[in-house]
Amino acid sequence: MDSIINRIDKNQFWKFHGGIHPPEQKFITENKPIRSLPLPKELILPLQQHIGQPGKLIVAVGDKVLKGQALTASNHPMAVPIHAPTSGTVTAIKHSTIAHPSALQEPCLFLEPDGNDTWQKRNICTDYKKLSNYELLEKIANAGISGMGGAGFPTHIKANSSAPIEFLIINAAECEPYITADDLLIKEHSPSILDGIHILHQLIKPKYILIGVEDNKPDAIKTLQKATQTFDHIKVCVIPTKYPSGGEKQLIQILTGKEIPSGFLPSSQGIVMQNIATCFAIADAVINDIPLIKRVTTVTGLGLEKPQNVWALLGTPVKFLLEQCGHQPENINRVIMGGPMMGFTLPSGNVPVVKITNCILAPSEKEIATISVEVECIRCGQCADVCPAQLLPQELQWHAKAKDHDQLEKLNLFDCIECGACAYVCPSHIPLVHYYRIGKAEIREQKQLELKAEKAKVRFEARKLRLERDKKAREEKQRKAAEARKAKMNSGTVEGNSEKSAVAAALARVKAKKAQTSATPDTQAKTTEAPTTAKNPQIAAAIARAKAKKLANQQNTTEIKKEPLSESKSETATETTTPADKETKVAAAVAKAKAKKLAKEAPVEEAVEPQKEIEEIAEAEKPADDKKAKIAAAVAKAKAKKLAKEAPVEAPVEEAAEPQQEIEQISEDEKPADDKKAKIAAAVAKAKAKKSAKEAPIETTVEEAVEPQKEIEEIAEAEKPADDKKAKIAAAVAKAKAKKIAEQATNSAENKTNDDLKDTAEEEKKKRIAEAVAKAKAKKQQRIELN
Amino acid sequence: MAFWIASSPHNHIQNKTSALMRLVIYAAIPGIFAQWYFFGWGNLIHILLATASALIAEFFVLSLREKKIPEQIFDGSAILTAILLGISLPALAPWWISILGAAFAIIVVKQLYGGLGNNPFNPAMAGYVMLLISFPVQMTSWQPPLQLMSLDLTALDTLYVIFTNYTVDGYSLEQLKTHIDGYTMATPLDTVKTNLTLGLTIGESMNNVVIGDNFGVGWEWVNAGFLAGGLFLILKKAIDWVTPFSFLFSLFVFSFIAFIFSPDTNASTMFHWFNGACMLGAFFILTDPVSGATSHKGRFCFGVLAGALVFIIRKYGGYPEAVAFSVLLCNMCAPLIDQYTRPRTYGHNKVQDEKNA
Repeated sequence: MDSIINRIDKNQFWKFHGGIHPPEQKFITENKPIRSLPLPKELILPLQQHIGQPGKLIVAVGDKVLKGQALTASNHPMAVPIHAPTSGTVTAIKHSTIAHPSALQEPCLFLEPDGNDTWQKRNICTDYKKLSNYELLEKIANAGISGMGGAGFPTHIKANSSAPIEFLIINAAECEPYITADDLLIKEHSPSILDGIHILHQLIKPKYILIGVEDNKPDAIKTLQKATQTFDHIKVCVIPTKYPSGGEKQLIQILTGKEIPSGFLPSSQGIVMQNIATCFAIADAVINDIPLIKRVTTVTGLGLEKPQNVWALLGTPVKFLLEQCGHQPENINRVIMGGPMMGFTLPSGNVPVVKITNCILAPSEKEIATISVEVECIRCGQCADVCPAQLLPQELQWHAKAKDHDQLEKLNLFDCIECGACAYVCPSHIPLVHYYRIGKAEIREQKQLELKAEKAKVRFEARKLRLERDKKAREEKQRKAAEARKAKMNSGTVEGNSEKSAVAAALARVKAKKAQTSATPDTQAKTTEAPTTAKNPQIAAAIARAKAKKLANQQNTTEIKKEPLSESKSETATETTTPADKETKVAAAVAKAKAKKLAKEAPVEEAVEPQKEIEEIAEAEKPADDKKAKIAAAVAKAKAKKLAKEAPVEAPVEEAAEPQQEIEQISEDEKPADDKKAKIAAAVAKAKAKKSAKEAPIETTVEEAVEPQKEIEEIAEAEKPADDKKAKIAAAVAKAKAKKIAEQATNSAENKTNDDLKDTAEEEKKKRIAEAVAKAKAKKQQRIELN
Repeated sequence: MAFWIASSPHNHIQNKTSALMRLVIYAAIPGIFAQWYFFGWGNLIHILLATASALIAEFFVLSLREKKIPEQIFDGSAILTAILLGISLPALAPWWISILGAAFAIIVVKQLYGGLGNNPFNPAMAGYVMLLISFPVQMTSWQPPLQLMSLDLTALDTLYVIFTNYTVDGYSLEQLKTHIDGYTMATPLDTVKTNLTLGLTIGESMNNVVIGDNFGVGWEWVNAGFLAGGLFLILKKAIDWVTPFSFLFSLFVFSFIAFIFSPDTNASTMFHWFNGACMLGAFFILTDPVSGATSHKGRFCFGVLAGALVFIIRKYGGYPEAVAFSVLLCNMCAPLIDQYTRPRTYGHNKVQDEKNA
């Protein structure tokens, strides 16, 4: 520490990284005294003018207030009150635009001055040295003092540091261009400032007090040196002018060479910093009992006729200040609160002066151009050279534009003090700080969302736990109740017995029901397949057929399209196994449905018989056309199954299950078979089934049904090479014929016996005739279509 | 009373990217003048051709990308690229060399990567390397300094050679390249390299007529011109001094060590400094901020690497000149260098950051 003091005594200081030298422009106001202004017509007092909590209003609309009277109060340590800057009437309390970069609207108190400027009763303190720390802090807090340099941190908190403090640094650097408020305050009120410094000394008890002033304020420096020459522990440090040497961290580095670790307060390094205007306010508050109701504000810029430092009452609308200083609306396109580097533009002139307002800047277009066009970054690196936080502004800029928040945090975006040096030097005129602000806001928002999500998760888990607990409790309760009931039942009383028997009866009922259902699981399963309207089997069959037909048609068209005309059956078969599979299943389903119906109508004996016959036929035909035979067999078996299956109740369930299995086997066998055939077969089967159900005795139908089916299949084969439309037509024709033949057959079959079955010669004839007819028709159709 | 809303800071230096580019162009004038004085009109004609080609290419791509054409086309970056390319070309190269090179530099190397600020490679040098690899004959036909030429070469002659391969009087480029004594001329760097392969020592090579009294007739003055321009730029704070300094320093160190070890097979440091595109590279090419490193430490590494590469390629490589290749190689390393040379942020130290991470 002594080395630091030695260096300071020799006027040697450290340097912070970067920094810039913007045009100072302090000449505009630095030689004019601070002017007092008349009372404005209205004062607008935002309820919160500092960092922390707003106080609670203790006045109401219509109240008369005296100058210096507190308007808000709070017990919160981070809250400081606001006071009436003059006597008058509270006219309104409503939301109004405050001094904020986003033009936020916040609750404000509107005060109409009565013009008398009547003070409330004041207690002048003649000797503050006799006051205890607590009394001093209370006075400072009640006077509503918060940091007047820019951040607005409540002063009584900062002045109440428990950590041992080596250096109290008084910030009088005033590094922003244009601003001369502190400069003038020092020149005119150095005794009061010194009182303030002494009070702070009494509170904080630092080893040394360093007053940092930039060397562009020679008069102020002289004044300060004169005022402090009798105090060894107070050093006036004249530092080179460089923006932003007035930044807290920068000034600490310049004066002490210490770096404040990221995320720590200066007090962790034994340092406290106060603004010089705050010192003045402290003295006023402690000694004269004047709360913070006015401040020095630099009203400047070449857009004004009479730029000057003024004593502005807090709450004075900016418009009023501008008018007082020779406002020329035609020259001004914007008004900045604060300096040109870190200040923000105001949306209107109705924004009031607040505790941190050190400057109102109304520049002409010539001084500060409004429009600057952003062009691409050329990575010149000048921004990194001037960054006092030694960040990489251009890299931050890339990531901010790309919204790469992780990378932004990795590059220490939050160490950016938003001094604007990077944007100032950028030759591409990129508003870098703006991008960082957006990036910071987005990250903050993201973090808040994460926090919320975390909270929600915790809540959810707590709820889950609670529900589980409740459930357990409920179960426990129920268990206990049940036990109680049982105990009661077994107690042998009359009531208990009757309850017992009732329970037993209920149980018996339940068991009986269960037995019933389990006895016929298969039949139940099957009946669900058939429409429940099985009462009317014909209607059901018709519906089933219609559906099958539709399906068959649809698949017919799609699959035939796929087939190249010249391809052989087997090839197509393998290619289209899956659709074939589907169709066969459909066919099987249809067949089953029909069979069910039949079975209901026919006696059991009959049902058994045709099954055998069918099987015989199927066998006989195997050598002829294997595939076709299978299909036919399937159809036949299906029907037979139905007959066998469901007819009488006596028939054992196992039997019913058998044919079904067979069909399934067959249908599996048929999978590789030609899909078309399968479809046709299905159609045929349907057709036949219809007829047989209608008109014929079961025995004959089955035989005869096999015949036309074969025919149709042959026809279908013959026509395969033809295109799908034709095929469909042919199929339709064939079906129609098959129906006819079937009808004829039934007629003749009436006279025949079962032996006829073996009469293959006759069958063949019929087949051929049918074939010929079908082919002829198909050809005709083809021709018609060709034409 | 409503005001204009803007984000801080509200004032700016009046510096602009285009002004910066213009300054760099002005700084190249002494070097270009020396080139004109010793080598004639060739490079000036190529600068003009390349500029026209670059502007047309820029206009073409900007209109395709629907950008603000008047602002971006005259931001100076395309013109600067063209000028740097024009300076680097052999003075009597055919016209289409500069047209092609500039168009390639702008369209492929600059705009296809996203335009100004986004190109990973220096456009002028990438264009140059493309030409050198694609048209080795045209790109290595260096014209001897005017004072060593057996024939007079007027501005008109130069124009004729560039556009028709023959002078007004019908001399071919080959004839123009012939020395007063009947030798075909080469650049000093070329001569030294060839002589070394022929078994001659550096000392013997230094007696060659193209070397002249110092390090190379004409070439030494061209380099001196660019050095002067570069110092002017540093003075104006248009470029950072770190890169050129570290580049020249590194080239100095490497060539000096080599020279100390074997003066017969290694040219002197000053020979390296004042030949080829050394000074142009140091002050005008390597300092291109877009394709270089950004931090001071990074720029130092960048320059050192470039110097080492120039020496290595000049000594061991297949080409006598190495600036273009080493610049491109360094451009590739720039992001990596940047990654590892980030400055320590205020209030952070390594131990603490590691703890945080």
